[in-house]
Amino acid sequence: MTAVTMRRPLSRAWSRVWGGRNRYLTAAVCVAISAFMLVPIVSSVLTSVKTRAEVAAVPPTYFPHELSLDNYARLWDYQAGLPTYFGNSLATAGMTIAFTLLLTIPAGYALARFPIPAKEGIFVFLLLALIIPYQALLTPIFLMFASLPIKLTNTLVGLAILHTAIQLPFSLYIMRNSFEAVPRELEEAALTDGGSSLQILRMIFIPAVVPAIVTVTLFAFVTSWNEFLGALVLLSRASTFTLPLILASARAETSLGGTDWGMLQAGITIAMIPCIAVYLLLQRYYVSGLLTGAVK
Amino acid sequence: MTAIRRRRLIGLLYLTPAIVFVLAFTAYPLTQMVAMSFTNWSLITPPKPVGLANFQAAFNDKQFWTSLGYTIRYTIIITPILMVGGYLLALLVAPNSGVRRATRAIIFIPVVIGLGVSSLAWVWLFDPTFGLINKVLSDLGLIDKPIQFLGVEADLSTWSIIASVVWKVLGFGMILFVAAIQAIPSEINEATMVDGASFWQRTRRVTVPLTRRTILLVTLISVIGSLLAFDQFYIMTAGQPFNQTQTAVFFIYLNSFPYLHLGYGAALSLILAAIILVFTVVQMLLTRRSET
Repeated sequence: MTAVTMRRPLSRAWSRVWGGRNRYLTAAVCVAISAFMLVPIVSSVLTSVKTRAEVAAVPPTYFPHELSLDNYARLWDYQAGLPTYFGNSLATAGMTIAFTLLLTIPAGYALARFPIPAKEGIFVFLLLALIIPYQALLTPIFLMFASLPIKLTNTLVGLAILHTAIQLPFSLYIMRNSFEAVPRELEEAALTDGGSSLQILRMIFIPAVVPAIVTVTLFAFVTSWNEFLGALVLLSRASTFTLPLILASARAETSLGGTDWGMLQAGITIAMIPCIAVYLLLQRYYVSGLLTGAVK
Repeated sequence: MTAIRRRRLIGLLYLTPAIVFVLAFTAYPLTQMVAMSFTNWSLITPPKPVGLANFQAAFNDKQFWTSLGYTIRYTIIITPILMVGGYLLALLVAPNSGVRRATRAIIFIPVVIGLGVSSLAWVWLFDPTFGLINKVLSDLGLIDKPIQFLGVEADLSTWSIIASVVWKVLGFGMILFVAAIQAIPSEINEATMVDGASFWQRTRRVTVPLTRRTILLVTLISVIGSLLAFDQFYIMTAGQPFNQTQTAVFFIYLNSFPYLHLGYGAALSLILAAIILVFTVVQMLLTRRSET
């Protein structure tokens, strides 16, 4: 009994003492953690601007003694060249975004506003990819792409189709919710004016679901830009490689004569920048999309 | 009547592209996977039905069990680290203030980078000759000769990969936990503060119980993701030493593609998909309950 009554004021006194220091302490801890989290990224960027000799120095240096874009120049000319690989990644991501939007905008519209028989059943079917990891489907997808009259293996279209299949459930879910949240009064006026459903979709709904379009685009981009295993399976011709693939293969290629880390770090930097940039610009969409996708 | 039928038709028309896409690129491959798993397809020879032979072979394949066991061990080790670490960070940065907001944003940055690319960066960090980590350790006088973090010793390789993945995905759980903690009604927090509960008492008795559902969901997401791990192992150790750091997806990949045992690969995929399905179903039940 006494122990309990004793502990209360004591702990309160403690928390008062803490209260004052806490602010500085948490701030210091926050700064330390942030710095720690940034070390791998910053050290990649710093290594990428060292001279080739300095990258190969033993022991390594912390900060570049001399700035050089040599590593970027070597990457620019590596095999088919950086523009090709960057372009491949960009084209795949662009197609993934286009396919995802073209499929999920009309589907979201239909699910939210049209009297479709067995609607819930169709919705669940469209979310099929949720129950089966795409990693498990790669073998049959590869076979299917390889046996089509126009082969989709070794094509960016094929890879974009795979990335679309991965992104579809999440995107459709976001779209349907967002279409459902559009107030009915908005379209009723247009309906009585005799507007066609396509006009209503274009004039009323699309402007109203812009946040969902941004979210879907953002996630489709990041998924496609970063995806590795599918690209590794579907692409075997080096000229079709995306950035992560060419970097992984460049490491293997150069490892015999000593890995060219300067060039690789330049590639890592270039591969990271678009993702970090879109994240920092669209943080709000990123977080809300993540919450909807994961928890709700 | 005809107006409704017309709208029904139009609606179906809007749905058709998505239905066709899912039929072609998810449903059809799924049935193919099941069908293939009963054949000895190798791409060069035409498929021959072999009954359950692939599953029997998987059952007797020591390397399959090793890689599956390794994947499960990896999952069991990394999941609590991610959960506890992510939650502690969330407790730290959940209150909205300038520093905390910035810290949140920074901790999340690695999540948006590709796992393949970040793994490559970590290969350099761990490099015995040119890497930063050995340099720091030796400058601090903690080691006299560089440590071979990756690909030489299985346990050390595993822990090194875990460190890199924790760095990469800690922010994911943190962001979800932050949202859950912020969703706790402020009256509840105020009531416990009036009661004089300390921060840790409040965390244990109020915050954690009220965010239980999110904790469970993030655990499931992390378990599923870890059971499917591939990129980091392919890049950082390539399964070495002696295939001791080979994950299940890695083993399936090797059988399906470089070796072209497609029927066997499909059977292995089916087994893995069945294991994952158990966790996915639990996850869906949890999310469904929240909607009602």
